[in-house]
Amino acid sequence: MTRYIVRRFVSMIVTLWLIITITFFLMHAVPGSPFEKDGKGANPTAVQNLMAFYHLDKPLLTQYGLYLKALLSLDLGPSIGHFPDTVNSMIDRGFPVSFQLGMVSIAFAVISGIALGTIAALRHNRLIDYAAMVFAVIGIAVPNFIVATLLIKYVAVDWKLLPVATWGSWKHVILPALALSTGPLALIARMTRANMLEVLTADYIETARAKGLSPATIVIKHALRNAILPVVTLLGALVANVLTGSFVIEKIFAIPGMGKYFVDGINNRDYSLIMGTTVFYSALLVFMMFVVDIAYGLIDPRIKLHKKEG
Amino acid sequence: MTFKSTPDVLLEVDNLHVSFKTFGGEVKAVRGVSFTLREGETLAIVGESGCGKSVTARSMMRLLPEHSASIRQGSIRFKGQELTGLSEKQMRELRGSEISMIFQDAMTALNPTITIGEQIMEGIIRHRKISRAEARKQAIEMLGLVGITSPETRLKQHLHEFSGGMRQRIMIAMAAVCSPSVLIADEPTTALDVTIQAQIIDLFRMLQEKTGVAIIIITHDLGVVANMADRVNVMYAGEIVESGTVDELFRHPQHPYTKGLLASMPRLDTDRSKPLTPIPGTPPDLFAPPRGCAFAARCSNAMEVCGAHAPERTAHSATHSSACWLHDPRAKQVFQPPIASNG
Ligand SMILES: Nc1ncnc2c1ncn2[C@@H]1O[C@H](COP(=O)(O)OP(=O)(O)OP(=O)(O)O)[C@@H](O)[C@H]1O
Ligand code: SF4
Ligand SMILES: [Mg+2]
Repeated sequence: MTRYIVRRFVSMIVTLWLIITITFFLMHAVPGSPFEKDGKGANPTAVQNLMAFYHLDKPLLTQYGLYLKALLSLDLGPSIGHFPDTVNSMIDRGFPVSFQLGMVSIAFAVISGIALGTIAALRHNRLIDYAAMVFAVIGIAVPNFIVATLLIKYVAVDWKLLPVATWGSWKHVILPALALSTGPLALIARMTRANMLEVLTADYIETARAKGLSPATIVIKHALRNAILPVVTLLGALVANVLTGSFVIEKIFAIPGMGKYFVDGINNRDYSLIMGTTVFYSALLVFMMFVVDIAYGLIDPRIKLHKKEG
Repeated sequence: MTFKSTPDVLLEVDNLHVSFKTFGGEVKAVRGVSFTLREGETLAIVGESGCGKSVTARSMMRLLPEHSASIRQGSIRFKGQELTGLSEKQMRELRGSEISMIFQDAMTALNPTITIGEQIMEGIIRHRKISRAEARKQAIEMLGLVGITSPETRLKQHLHEFSGGMRQRIMIAMAAVCSPSVLIADEPTTALDVTIQAQIIDLFRMLQEKTGVAIIIITHDLGVVANMADRVNVMYAGEIVESGTVDELFRHPQHPYTKGLLASMPRLDTDRSKPLTPIPGTPPDLFAPPRGCAFAARCSNAMEVCGAHAPERTAHSATHSSACWLHDPRAKQVFQPPIASNG
């Protein structure tokens, strides 16, 4: 297991390095510079000084080297557009908000999705099953910004149950989290249902029945665990999806999260901000995949064997 | 009916009929099966694939698919208690505690993600009011009994860490751990190779000697029957066509189907894991079983009466009986002496 973790960790670092490198060179390949907005440059000497300050006057490879070196000490550099703010401090401020929103959505999606999928499977081909699956199809097909708009219109504006937008109390979390969770929820529900239906016909379920265990014990202890294994694999991608998907939702609900900085960064050609947010999200994503792999190994004892052999 | 000298009857199945509802109609899988199981004995049920052995076994634990299967007729009495009328909740008290089941393929019949210790312990904890620590002790003891070495460490392992024979031992430990009165083993050795088969059969015998458990063993394999059973029921197309002691059946088979089975008994050098295909032809359609003898289409001794009327049971001894017109006392008067056996 330890060898496996070490190997996975190394491949995680390599993946990250590739992402950083590709993003760095692609970003610089796009024409334009942070100080040439609207075509008319600012004072040429000032631009010179600025370029020097941000090392933009050096050869690209040198810039790349400097960036990697700073990155090793986790320094994402100063923001070009929001001087004297640093990218680190912007992430410090924005990420907790995005993270909170994302985690609430994921938690809600996982719990309700698994519950819904399980109930649908246990009531296979009955009304609840059909209703749950119609809901799931809608949840997957309808984009979350439409769900967000509907939620704002009815729950916030018409019924005045919750605040329309912005951030602050727990009440502000509910609507954006709901909007953000519909897709993952529907996906998890569908997957859980399909797996559950299959697992319930497995021989070991009959063995459990032959032992005299109650239906509840059989479903929770013997079936659910095996049915949600594939859901766990999906989780890494879903978390990434929710965090990146939150850009749009953050915009709609005017939430001061990471999404705002990311969009700003691109609009302003703010190199260090673009790099910083990309590196940060990639690291997060790759790390999530890593965690999911390890978690999978813990839930499914068969995995360990494969890795040991490999 | 029971004499003082004979052991008590544990299980009494009388005229059992089980059907499945399917899209094609009603499958009459078990059609009038009757037998008894006494304390401490081993009863074998043999027959070709699809003849209703597993359905009969599952009926006794009421483990048939709820939506499609139904016990149409007949009774199953366990220690005098009628099982067919019990609620699901009452049945759960018996399952694993009084009547246990061992399935063919331990690889799929055990849960791959739960430790084998937990799978054994959960049954004990379910049925006996004891602590986890005590259950653990019993599980370790049981694993040792079925021949798993260093059971304390093995307890924490998962299914994939055991060989095929070991898995079946674990399955047996799991079924026997609550000391049930009846152990139903549905083809427990079919998935194993011959040497392991012999070990598992020895294990059953040892277990029976130690605990006095009565065993119903379901198999294709007459070799297993000869090695393990006291009595045998031969099933064909949902009916028991012949029953008797192992001795009676192997030495004096009466029913043409039994004779056919014996004639095609595999030798030591053939692969026993394959089902026997002894007699030319296939069993009848269970959607619409024939009016007369179900074996008539494949029987070389078939007579006119066989296709028209179902044969009744004829006793050859107190323990031996068969359902074939050849042995019906009336047949001897009506027909010429039947053609000699084809065995
Ligand atoms: N769930 C089911 N739905 C419909 N028919 C079934 C079902 N289970 C069994 N049957 C039918 O019942 C009959 C008896 O099946 P059973 O499983 O008892 O056979 P078996 O003697 O155990 O055979 P095998 O040696 O292959 O295990 C078969 O003809 C089968 O088609
Ligand atoms: S009753 Fe007739 S057909 Fe059936 S086994 Fe006997 S002889 Fe053959
Ligand atoms: Mg069977």
